[in-house]
Amino acid sequence: MSRFLVKSELPYCKGCGHHLVVRNTVKALEALGASPLDVVLVTDIGCHGIVDGNFATHTVHGLHGRSVALAAGIAMGLPPEKKVIVYIGDGGATIGLQHILEAARMNVDLTVVVHNNMLYGMTGGQPSGLTPPGFRTVLTPHGYPLPHHDLPRLVLDAGAPFAARVVGLGDFSDVLRQALEREGFALVEVLEICVSYGVKMNPDLRLKELAQEAGYEPGVWTGPPRPVFRPSRRETPSLLEIPAVPAGYSSPLEGRMALILAGSAGEGVQQAAELLAQAAMAAGLYATKKGSYPVTVGVGFSTAEILLSRTPIFYHGVPQPDVMVVTSADGLANQRERIRRMTGGILWLDGSLPVPETGAEVRVADFRGRAGARNAALYALLTVLREIGVIPPEAFLETVRASPIGRHIDLSGW
Amino acid sequence: MTLTDSHPVLTDGSRLIAEACVRARADAYVGYPITPASLIFFYASRRFPVALPAPDEITALQWMAGLSAAGYLPVSATSFPGFALMVESVNMAYMMELPMLLILVQRLGPATGTATAGAQGDLLLLNGLVSGGYPLPVLCISDLEDCWLLPPVALQMAVDLRTPVVLLTSKEMVMTQESFDLARLPEITPVRRTFYHGPGPYCTYNPGDDLVPPFLPVGNDRHQVRLNASTHDRCGIIQHTSDEAMANTRRLQAKVEARTPLLYHLDEQEDARMLVVTYGITSGAAREAIMTLRAQGVPVSLLIARTLLPIPAVYLEIMDRYPRVVIAEENYQGQLAHLLFGRRLPSHIRTVTAIGRMIRPDEIIRSL
Repeated sequence: MSRFLVKSELPYCKGCGHHLVVRNTVKALEALGASPLDVVLVTDIGCHGIVDGNFATHTVHGLHGRSVALAAGIAMGLPPEKKVIVYIGDGGATIGLQHILEAARMNVDLTVVVHNNMLYGMTGGQPSGLTPPGFRTVLTPHGYPLPHHDLPRLVLDAGAPFAARVVGLGDFSDVLRQALEREGFALVEVLEICVSYGVKMNPDLRLKELAQEAGYEPGVWTGPPRPVFRPSRRETPSLLEIPAVPAGYSSPLEGRMALILAGSAGEGVQQAAELLAQAAMAAGLYATKKGSYPVTVGVGFSTAEILLSRTPIFYHGVPQPDVMVVTSADGLANQRERIRRMTGGILWLDGSLPVPETGAEVRVADFRGRAGARNAALYALLTVLREIGVIPPEAFLETVRASPIGRHIDLSGW
Repeated sequence: MTLTDSHPVLTDGSRLIAEACVRARADAYVGYPITPASLIFFYASRRFPVALPAPDEITALQWMAGLSAAGYLPVSATSFPGFALMVESVNMAYMMELPMLLILVQRLGPATGTATAGAQGDLLLLNGLVSGGYPLPVLCISDLEDCWLLPPVALQMAVDLRTPVVLLTSKEMVMTQESFDLARLPEITPVRRTFYHGPGPYCTYNPGDDLVPPFLPVGNDRHQVRLNASTHDRCGIIQHTSDEAMANTRRLQAKVEARTPLLYHLDEQEDARMLVVTYGITSGAAREAIMTLRAQGVPVSLLIARTLLPIPAVYLEIMDRYPRVVIAEENYQGQLAHLLFGRRLPSHIRTVTAIGRMIRPDEIIRSL
């Protein structure tokens, strides 16, 4: 018995082509001179997958259709001298086609052996994406109506450096050896007929003729050599290497103030709010900043809620703002209901906007015209700070200057 | 970096979570973009020794399982729509007994819901996620300090219990920026991990005298390793329902029940007859509610649950001590209350719930 097996009697039906896949795999591994512990066999769900117990290699028995992705993870975590082999059926290959294409595109170092017996054998003989047209299955007794996937062509198109198809008769170990020998992604499709369901439903068919009629052309194809995807560990700097917010200012705020800044996406609302929170910290306050926006990125509203507080903040929601600053029509539309519910506080509005119904004191200023749409939010906050005095405007300006956007804005006229 | 002096910054929880994971020796992050977990993906891509962008959620979990099998300690973060696609693979990793950390950032559902609105709606989903009802360990982050402290605990659990662990959080916890003093963060002890060094043959699922079998990566040069997602015996060989296989399956429950650490914050006040119970993002509102009440001279206690699953019985024991208990959580059903009491809520228990917004402190105060 081969050193790659612990049991030579395989758990397959008599006459099943899976026997030959195992025998040829073992022969190929022996030809390579590999050691069993240099090999990880990853099996999918299906008759082929219950063979783990026969192998002396490492074995991993996964989910239906997902074995190539699982094996890709293993291959990415192992050194190049290890061989990762996937056993998968045509059903599993159909379910996990994207995993196969992705592993081929990335050129992950593994060898996928597709046991294509042209139907789902373990579950009762249903057709798969590799069932050829005209092939009869329990669900298509008059012949399968659709064309089958051409796996070697698909993986070659995706960038695989090696793909092959063999008729699963006799000795095809040399093709498997070539696949295993080559570093990078390789796929070998082995054509078989399921002796339980395929033969029963298609008694007159012979494998070679079936392959020919179905256009299942045997062959070995190679793509241009490509780098193998093998992540290496890297050293990275700490995420905590960020500058401390400098102190140096003070604030007259005794309790807590809630400010909402409402504008349009792409107009720097979130950034302006973040800078305000940092300026508040520079003035000795606690601060939180929360963003709210639709799932769209460059259009629609963008709202930020900022809490400034003399004492630590545990709850950073803003049921009722003390100050609402609206710089655009998007912001006004988004906050209109909250503005209507305001019974006090101050509402700052850009001069271009209609005055909405509100119980807040309304103040109108020209943010957009004065600073342009992109900087309206920043300018609005500066304007508000100058009037309400909760944080020194200089603290805010210094924070803006020290930030990455400080280099791109001319603050001289502000 | 050791900070001894004050180092105030404006930060979000995502940054702390990613950094804490790496300092605890998590070494691979497999991510894909999904709001509101993408910020963790962003930081992790800059910081993890290995960071891999996966093409989809199923692939992400399968890659993690493969890396874990090879000896890595992988992490991913997601939100419900992605998590739903990961469920079968989480079951696979649970059955294979592969350590990994999954950070579930809750957002408003059902389905796609509102990607940019927070929620605490996935607790009942997690309870019962593993087919057969086997418990998946779940810890929950309640503030920025937890973003730093809990990832190492969860990673150590994943290694010690050989299991996927879920760290539950939500949009406002990982995306809201808060003033925070980095000097408050204690040093992180890296995860302690050893691989099997005994003689062969190595049986992947032989727990010995313990409930958790020693781990050995696939591909090692010493012993054959067999991993199996199907029902299997101690050596990882597929079985139908043999006694040995059923004992192995029962062990999965026993190890999680016995070895999940009990983590909670209990702030009890003498003479208090009221208790607020909460977890996650609502903890902030609960803290402010009890501060307000105490300032008014009203004694009140607070229980913040960090271990959520398997649900610790001690929470019931604590609640039994109080004639009035309020459970506050940001979902429609009162999921923690449901988990603890089913459909018949005892008369001394009230719930405060909300969807589409955070629960306010005044709502908790009113309910008491």
